[in-house]
Amino acid sequence: MTEIYDENAVVLLAHGDGGRLTRELVDQIFARHFNNALLQPLADAALFNSPGGRMAVTTDAFVVDPIFFPGGDIGKLAVCGTVNDLAVSGARPLYLTASFILEEGFGLADLERVVSSMAAACGEAGVKIVAGDTKVVPAGHADKIFITTSGVGVVPGGVDLGYHRPEPGDVVLVNGGLGGHGLTILAARENLGLEGALASDCAPLNLVTAPLLEKCPGVKIMRDLTRGGLAAAAAEIAGACGLDFYFREPLIPVTEEVRGAAEILGLDPLYLANEGKFMAVVGRDNAGLAVELLRQTPYGRDAAVIGEVRPGTGNVYLETGLGGTRILDLPAGNPLPRIC
Amino acid sequence: MISGIVQGVGFRPFVYNLARSLGLKGTVCNSGRGVLIEVEGREELVHRFIAGVRSDPPFLARISNCSVTSQPLRGYETFEIIPTRGSATGESVVPPDVATCPECRREMLDPADRHFGYPFTNCTRCGPRFTIIKSLPYDRAYTSMAGFAMCADCAREYGDPSDRRFHAQPVACPACGPGVWLVDRLGNVLEGDWLERARNLLAGGKIIAVKSLGGFHLACNGLDPAAIGLLRRRKGRPARPLAIMCRDMEVVKENCRVSPVEEQLLQSPSAPVVVLEKKPSSNLPEALSPGLSTVGVMLPYTPLHLLLLKTGPPVLVMTSGNPTGLPLAAGNREALATLSGIADYFLLHDREIVNRCDDSVVQVVDGQTQFFRRSRGYVPWPVMVNTGDVDPGETVFLGAGGDMKNTFCLFKAGRAYLSQHIGSVDNLEGLNNYQTAMEKFFQLVQARPAVVGYDLHPGYRTAKQARSLAAGAVGVQHHHAHMASCMAENGLDGDVLGIILDGTGYGLDGRIWGFELLRGGYLRFTREYHLAYVPLPGGERAVRNPWITAVAYLTGAMGDDGYGLAEKIFADRLKELPLIARMLERKVNAPPASSCGRLFDAVSALLGICRENTYDGQAAIELGEKVPAVFSGPLEPYPFRIEGDTIGVAPLFVALVRDVMDNDVAPEHIARRFHDTVIAMVVEAAERARFKSGLNRVVLSGGCWHNRYLLTGTCRVLREKDFTVYTHGKVPPGDGGLALGQVMVARRKWLHQPGG
Repeated sequence: MTEIYDENAVVLLAHGDGGRLTRELVDQIFARHFNNALLQPLADAALFNSPGGRMAVTTDAFVVDPIFFPGGDIGKLAVCGTVNDLAVSGARPLYLTASFILEEGFGLADLERVVSSMAAACGEAGVKIVAGDTKVVPAGHADKIFITTSGVGVVPGGVDLGYHRPEPGDVVLVNGGLGGHGLTILAARENLGLEGALASDCAPLNLVTAPLLEKCPGVKIMRDLTRGGLAAAAAEIAGACGLDFYFREPLIPVTEEVRGAAEILGLDPLYLANEGKFMAVVGRDNAGLAVELLRQTPYGRDAAVIGEVRPGTGNVYLETGLGGTRILDLPAGNPLPRIC
Repeated sequence: MISGIVQGVGFRPFVYNLARSLGLKGTVCNSGRGVLIEVEGREELVHRFIAGVRSDPPFLARISNCSVTSQPLRGYETFEIIPTRGSATGESVVPPDVATCPECRREMLDPADRHFGYPFTNCTRCGPRFTIIKSLPYDRAYTSMAGFAMCADCAREYGDPSDRRFHAQPVACPACGPGVWLVDRLGNVLEGDWLERARNLLAGGKIIAVKSLGGFHLACNGLDPAAIGLLRRRKGRPARPLAIMCRDMEVVKENCRVSPVEEQLLQSPSAPVVVLEKKPSSNLPEALSPGLSTVGVMLPYTPLHLLLLKTGPPVLVMTSGNPTGLPLAAGNREALATLSGIADYFLLHDREIVNRCDDSVVQVVDGQTQFFRRSRGYVPWPVMVNTGDVDPGETVFLGAGGDMKNTFCLFKAGRAYLSQHIGSVDNLEGLNNYQTAMEKFFQLVQARPAVVGYDLHPGYRTAKQARSLAAGAVGVQHHHAHMASCMAENGLDGDVLGIILDGTGYGLDGRIWGFELLRGGYLRFTREYHLAYVPLPGGERAVRNPWITAVAYLTGAMGDDGYGLAEKIFADRLKELPLIARMLERKVNAPPASSCGRLFDAVSALLGICRENTYDGQAAIELGEKVPAVFSGPLEPYPFRIEGDTIGVAPLFVALVRDVMDNDVAPEHIARRFHDTVIAMVVEAAERARFKSGLNRVVLSGGCWHNRYLLTGTCRVLREKDFTVYTHGKVPPGDGGLALGQVMVARRKWLHQPGG
């Protein structure tokens, strides 16, 4: 028999999915205790003034399973993830630190493969790992390797991004096909037999954001589309701005491979994680230029305007053309069927 | 003082005429609490008058209370209807819409009558009500007739207490009322006689969007398979049954079996769609309800329908005028915008539809009426609820309903006002419709909720939306609400056993439930028995693809052997099967479900009846077609096993699939034995629960009870075992009745909370 109304007071996996529960955990525990002005925006990175100019700092932990996957590995991910958080905050990433938690028994050859991959990613992104730490835990107390990276960057003069910037009439764009990373990891971890067609999009986004910020006026806010995908990122920005985002489904780039595999698995590419994609809100007059600039970069060839900002109350809508207007919101655990 | 539904139903003229016929003197008027009558005369005559008021009120009226007190004589000299005293609020309730009455029908078909051929003819006994009323009091000024000034003839009838149009608020005639016109997709008006042209277009196979009473219908010739096919293609509805409207009872009886109860329903003032058995001799095209032995039939319920059907095709498809997934279109411009991809022409009029209201749909099972959808013709009549306790504050409760087949429910002073069918609330359009319908409904019922009962499903938009409307909120488990709904409409309190067979509902363990034996009452419940869980690979994708659920059941019951059988039975899915198996093994996006709907899905797919659902419940409905409409026994179940609180299905699938693979066993036989198994499972669970609890009352709720064989069989076997069995007759057993249960549970919990 089932207990009626028992209270779950433990950490759930869904607390880490980037959705509603993650938000609650951060708000109700971390942000409440760490409460300070720099943390408050709960953005990808914190921006602060230093004698040398505006700086950005961020940190991220990586626990991906499997650690090697098509399109990347945990090392490349650990570099790109932190670089990307700095990049979408408007900063030019400079230096990273890396700390490693290694499980007893983890192959040294694999470790070296991960670390050399990190070095290669640093080379591409133009950053350096300048400090590090290593801990080893008994077998079973971690899964092979966990990496935490932190990064600092400088914010070029004139860059002003944030929730205060978007306004009705602005457009929203993304730099390419969505959902590839999340699906690739799932397919590889569960050995679903889909791997051939899929690859992670893991990439350093500063190569894409730097030219955009440099040459295109009217960039209002950027966000990388990691856990929870486009839906979670857009819902968070729309909610914080108090504006509605209207996306048009046919405009949103999703590759055929991702679309097909997601359909079979019953998953929605708009909620799947990316590691080399971001969304940007840009003034309408600069939309054409922004897309053109993105398309000239190595990781923005499929960039597209996907929708617009309208006055509203902080919701994200997807105009499907057929079957009405879907509401995209923060995911809350795995989606459960509602239809009967 | 008479309270109840007594305003806007011809109550005062009825009182006036009754009093005058008895030679009594006095007054009658509407007041804030109902209808106030003062009557003087010989005692015996006054008693006859009171008895007459009580026993024979206008059929739209619902008297909830009639209190009589003695007052000093005033010495009235006549009997008069006098102006409203105070504001007409409080207990007065908006009546539902009423099908055209015989007298209006006669008048509009009589060339000598001034209403001849007029599509908006009505009187106090019929016509639009709920769909045209903006707010109370029910007065023409607060309806969408406000803009139409009455001509002298109509005004005379409206003002004459002896006329049947006395104070008929929507009264209208060709000289002063709304008009009809026909346009093409671009909105260009077609000149000439709209009726003649519309009939010809329908006869020629065209699709017309017809603005009806509560919204648009998509109409085409119901005897023309090509026209039906076209409508299906354009609406993207390959298989879902389409309702038809027949010219008259004769046409219905030519094509369908009609019992006296069904005939009465068809001709009732509510005029619902009645699901009828097709006759073998029927000339109705198969395309109306592919694979089904039944068809949904209604009779013309507005003058416009009567005119359309009088000549021309005697059978019209009249399906809801909405693109799939969107709310029913109600405005002219809205219809042109949303239906121009489906309809060739639009039959429009200028009487605004204030409250959209879909057709009601019922079936008769074993002589009992059962709602698929309770809407036009019934809403906003309240369900009277015997609450069995006292709430001095008379708190108003809202039941938010579910996200699918939504209705909501407002509870005030012992009455549960269920809303019209809102339908699907999973997109912005549906959510906006839900929101505006609630606001309008609050106005008409003149109550705003203080506390809302909502479903626990974390993805339900209705729950989130409704919670923002009230200060208090009580989460109500989906199937607890179903159980409470059946208890409420049967006037039960205390503890019962609830057998809930359903599609999808969020359980207290965070999983999908839908095959439960619950024990308890409004305040609390325990889940005594449930079906074993099965993973649904792909979540909602499995719900849309019953063959996937079948694979899950087969591998769950028989492991690798089951997978081997799946490869044989679903040989056309070999490419996808390994992935499904992998998802099952690794539990990749495969939420576990314990649901009767999924069990039916799986068996339907295994029997090759339906492998993909193109509409809600298709696989289960088509499986139900393979068994007789009424259970006649004996019960021949496949084996199953109850262990602890779990009803195991492995033995069922082993035996069933053996029959499936055996060409000598007819699918009908397997289908019947499967149904018998479900009956045996719930009866066995009920007996065990009765043994433990001593409870003997059983309520049956949940969408699967639309299955007639299942319902009649379970009732019969339970009653043979001396259970007292209660079923749904006033609200749908499925999610259309959920909100009633939500208010009942929320109310009891709210009133019983510590310090509450």
